[in-house]
Amino acid sequence: MEIKILGTGCPNCKTLENRVRRVVTQNNIDARIIKVEDIMDIMSYNIMATPGLVVNEKVMTKGRVPSEREIHELLTL
Amino acid sequence: MFLNPTKNREKAGIRKYSALWTGILVAIILIVVFVRFDLFERLENGVNWFVFGLLNLPADSHLASALEFFLYDSIKILFLVFVIVFLMGIVNSYFPVDRVKNYLSRNKLYGFEYLMASLFGTVTPFCSCSSVPLFIGFVSGGIPLGVTFSFLITSPLVNEVAIGLFVGLFGLKTTLIYVISGVLLGTVSGIILQTLKLEKYLSPWVKDILSKAQHEQEVFQLEKQSFKERLPVIWQEAAKIIKGILPYVLIGIAIGGLMHGYIPQGFFEKYIGKDNPFAVPIAVILAVPMYSNASGILPVIQVLVSKGIPLGTAIAFMMGVVGLSFPEAMLLKKIMSWKLIAIFFGTVSLCIIISGYLFNFIL
Repeated sequence: MEIKILGTGCPNCKTLENRVRRVVTQNNIDARIIKVEDIMDIMSYNIMATPGLVVNEKVMTKGRVPSEREIHELLTL
Repeated sequence: MFLNPTKNREKAGIRKYSALWTGILVAIILIVVFVRFDLFERLENGVNWFVFGLLNLPADSHLASALEFFLYDSIKILFLVFVIVFLMGIVNSYFPVDRVKNYLSRNKLYGFEYLMASLFGTVTPFCSCSSVPLFIGFVSGGIPLGVTFSFLITSPLVNEVAIGLFVGLFGLKTTLIYVISGVLLGTVSGIILQTLKLEKYLSPWVKDILSKAQHEQEVFQLEKQSFKERLPVIWQEAAKIIKGILPYVLIGIAIGGLMHGYIPQGFFEKYIGKDNPFAVPIAVILAVPMYSNASGILPVIQVLVSKGIPLGTAIAFMMGVVGLSFPEAMLLKKIMSWKLIAIFFGTVSLCIIISGYLFNFIL
């Protein structure tokens, strides 16, 4: 699985990245986590609020930081 | 399944509106409870009892009056901010920014689009790190640059935290004036910026997006969720915002409390009175580089006003702090030239200064 975190580096984006990393290691999920910081790349996902969470090229959440439980649910769909 | 589609849609529509009405009803009940039972007066009595009765501080000491101010103000303000943030969260849950963009992109509004964009800006929570994606999203939807600016100006200026703080510190009337002037400021600045034809100062890749911009055809579909399903998320967001601003508000009120107890009444009138013509521009110029600590600055401003700084000057300062910031300029650099940023900041600052003078004149 490929997880992308879209964000220009604001505190919320960092929180999201940390949460995703924690969920992935805690549950032994086989995933590659990529931080997308370039604004042009971020805009290619057509989101209007950061941070964005992308799983296998599908935008799961945008503009908010989901809880670890929600991230876990999103990753194990 | 042979469900009648019209009937189905009606059902969904009713559910959507009943949720919104529930929110409004809750707000009305809260306000009535407050007025009816004088909750704030009771709170004041409680704080009074705590400071003078329980701690047994002498009635005329600076420490007592500062402590009383701190306790009463922080409880009242945090409560009000939470209520407003929560209510705005409900509205925003039904009008997310994607829906706003879709509306502005689809409809011809014959000049009212600036006002609409500005109004939408008030209900959308703003984070300066989202300003660039917002800008690109709007522009790619064929929304004119000026209208996008209107939204971008009002969104941070009239946000839920600022409104909550304003109600708690200055009362409803001043808050209303602040909100209305914020909306008008966004509208007017947007119209001015549109007439300046600034497209040529955008970064090349944004110009590229602009040339491919398309008006959206389809109506935005809101995620079908009941009010009950939305509530926990709205509640969590509100709690998170309060947690984030808590230290700033407390420090701000503490500083305000100290100043309140130690600075004599009317102290500032000698220096920054209404008749000092340079006060407003200086306040705005000082304010623009400051960033995001509106929650800490506002309690201090309230004390300054009570000690003689004119309200218009104070509001102009406040608008400069929350409306424009240096970090935002750095972010905008990715999509526009310095020249455009300078024009944008200059226009908004000028409008803020003018409204500051206007307030001092009217109030």
